[in-house]
Amino acid sequence: MNIRIFVQEADFDAGAEIMLLNGLGVGGIGSFIGTVRDSGGLAALWLEHYPGMTERAVEKIVAQAAARWPLLACTVIHRVGRLTPAQNIVFVGAASAHREAALSATAFLIDWLKTSAPFWKREEFLSGSSEWVAAKETDEAAARGWL
Amino acid sequence: MRVLYFAWLREKIGLGAEEIMPPPAVETVGALIDWLRARGPGYAAAFAEQKLVRCAVDQDFAGPEAAIAGAQEIAFFPPVTGG
Repeated sequence: MNIRIFVQEADFDAGAEIMLLNGLGVGGIGSFIGTVRDSGGLAALWLEHYPGMTERAVEKIVAQAAARWPLLACTVIHRVGRLTPAQNIVFVGAASAHREAALSATAFLIDWLKTSAPFWKREEFLSGSSEWVAAKETDEAAARGWL
Repeated sequence: MRVLYFAWLREKIGLGAEEIMPPPAVETVGALIDWLRARGPGYAAAFAEQKLVRCAVDQDFAGPEAAIAGAQEIAFFPPVTGG
């Protein structure tokens, strides 16, 4: 299985990543791209993480997905640092012989990334104030739904 | 042992990492939180609401009952909000 995991400040090319997930035996590729949402007044989103543990945690999540679905390739790219509205935050992609595994694994990966990898978001507003984003119970519920 | 603080815990405590030597009676994550809380007002503020604090022992998530004996690196942080 071809696994690619990156935690980086730089942007990613989602189209190129999807192409890389293709290969011998692949019949379906699922992908998700998370972007910075501006609900009004947002200047930027700051992404902080725990270097070392982040990579370990993402590797564990990918291993769980691979144990659950017959994946042929999997890519997780999570950006950190200062991101402005509409910029990319995260790319998740999974390739398998059939669509069900690819789509389910993609949803599982993003649900678990949100609740089990050490990233923290802080919103910086145009007014100059800033505030840490609180964890959502709906995200916890989504992740638990896979148990 | 090395202790790391992230996000608003880092801001309230005023530092991101430090070396500490808790007494041997401090055996669990929960006991370490109580011990850290007594180190100053920043710590007391950071650990005021324990249900908002998560922990990792040697880079694995750990609950308040987890043992800290022999740990190299213990991190405290808020519930994660990535993705």
